[in-house]
Amino acid sequence: MKLLLTFSRKRESDPGRQPVIARIVKETGVLINVEKANIDSTAGEVLIDVPDQDADLIRRRMEETGISVRSLERNAIVRDEEECIDCGACISVCPQNVFSFDADWRIQVRQGACVLCGKCIRACPHQALSQQQ
Amino acid sequence: MEKSLEVINTRIRDGNARVVTAEEMPAIVDELGEEGALEEVDVVTTGTFGAMCSSGAFFNFGHADPPIRMERVWLNDVEAYAGIAAVDAYLGATQASAGNSEYYGGAHVLEDLVAGKAVELRATSHGTDCYPRRAITTEVLLEDLNQAIMVNPRNAFQRYNAAANAGDRQLYTYMGTLLPRCGNITYSGAGTLSPLPNDPAFRVIGGGVPIFLGGTQGMIIGEGTQHSAGSGFGNLMVTGDMKQMRQEFLRAAVMPGYGTTLYVGVGVPIPVLDLSIVRSTAVRDEDILTEIIDYGIPRRDRPSLKKVSYAELKSGSVELEGDRVKTSPLSSYRKAREVAAELKRWIEAGSMELALPTRSINAERRAQSMRETARAPRVRELMNTKAVSITEDEKIKTAARKLLKGETNHLPVLDRNGMLVGIVTTFDVSKAVVHDGKNNLVRDIMTKNVIKTHPEEPVDIAAQKLERNNISALPVVDKENRVVGILSAIDLGKLFGGRWQR
Repeated sequence: MKLLLTFSRKRESDPGRQPVIARIVKETGVLINVEKANIDSTAGEVLIDVPDQDADLIRRRMEETGISVRSLERNAIVRDEEECIDCGACISVCPQNVFSFDADWRIQVRQGACVLCGKCIRACPHQALSQQQ
Repeated sequence: MEKSLEVINTRIRDGNARVVTAEEMPAIVDELGEEGALEEVDVVTTGTFGAMCSSGAFFNFGHADPPIRMERVWLNDVEAYAGIAAVDAYLGATQASAGNSEYYGGAHVLEDLVAGKAVELRATSHGTDCYPRRAITTEVLLEDLNQAIMVNPRNAFQRYNAAANAGDRQLYTYMGTLLPRCGNITYSGAGTLSPLPNDPAFRVIGGGVPIFLGGTQGMIIGEGTQHSAGSGFGNLMVTGDMKQMRQEFLRAAVMPGYGTTLYVGVGVPIPVLDLSIVRSTAVRDEDILTEIIDYGIPRRDRPSLKKVSYAELKSGSVELEGDRVKTSPLSSYRKAREVAAELKRWIEAGSMELALPTRSINAERRAQSMRETARAPRVRELMNTKAVSITEDEKIKTAARKLLKGETNHLPVLDRNGMLVGIVTTFDVSKAVVHDGKNNLVRDIMTKNVIKTHPEEPVDIAAQKLERNNISALPVVDKENRVVGILSAIDLGKLFGGRWQR
């Protein structure tokens, strides 16, 4: 399951200044895969992938350190079916193979694989893709 | 055996014509043989649904009171061409909004009108004795207009080059987003279902032929602009009544970083008159070849990376220099099928009869490049050939001395064989002085990843490199990577003030 972590790193004691992920991996033994990280001087956003059965534990531990956690399992990318004409421009720009054609040349979306890189959103000629807020 | 158009039209009228789509035809020919297919099939319908930038419509708005001779016209802030009679205008799909929106243009106005939305019409004039009014702003609906005649100068290309980008910068093109280092391939066109590959000799496709356009019956006017059937890139100029069109077959789009365009559904019915038409309509994706062009080269004649068939492109990935690279169509094959299927229903229902061309289209013509009387300047003509350079194992102090003496801010750095390996600027040297002492040699402070140019590169492209990388000079190298000059922002000044003669 994919979890989106957001945290502050303004103060020395903020979770963004601590090796929180490493600490939780050591404590729990759960293997966390960091898929995307965007960290600036005051705040950060990290997308991690964890085994489904450990997701609750990891979420709880992260929240205890002051990180806010959002689950991205379903509908990370929203496809507007009115706007989409099934052209397929999204397919080849996606680094995660989220999009594919079915037998009738309709776009299939494999939500679980998305890492919210946003490439497809900009590449869509029909502005049919957006990121769920 | 041959079959006349009369026989086919009689069957259409009687409701017993056998109509198939171009996708179904190859299997029918396999099963029945060519003679059998000629006997069995009367009409093959084709279809395509993709970005067709060269699309637009003529409007007649009707006269206001007092009347105005509209000299400039905007529809929802998108300017239409009004250099025609009083209340007529032509709006093209790629016309950008006069406002700031990257996401609204002529194509969107066309779609909004077809969708039944109200559109703001704004027009100005200098006022004449016969047309005294100078300005008007009103809302119009498609149904209010006397005419809305779609005339698309260049639609339904026979095939289209596929696109990749071997450069190291992501590109935003009319072929969509192209990832660097050939990270993806985009293509356009429906292959076997596309109209023109089913009649590449233009035997039954020509002026006056009825077609499917934007969800209604339209007509082929003749060859399209830039028609180049002789090189496999034929296209059609088409027309149809926009007031009868449907939004599902006319969709505005934005190619990010490029601009707006219109996705248009076009389908041509092909009467199966003889064996040669049976053969041409049995075309498969495997038979339709195109080239993957490297859009990383910003020139007219871009190199081809590979020749591929539409079958390979449609498979989802193509092998390119040892890697499997994912492909994206930009046109919708699902919608192309819908176009061909709807055209098939119309003919089966007897609501559309076929016609032979009243004006034939030249199947050999090739489009020419522009004859440029004003030559685009090349780097060779502006560059400074007395470039001062330095070698990588010289001292930083030597670099500082050369910079001062040469009155320059950039020193190309050479290795022992005289090849370009880096660049050092006054900034690098100053920085080395401030962080004093740690670095001694040019090699330690030079930038190794040098942005460079070559003598034959057009100056426009070199200028783009300067701007994009926020730098002020480019070493000019020959094919062996030897420095033959330097092009600085100052040299670009020669283009002005008449110092450069074209």
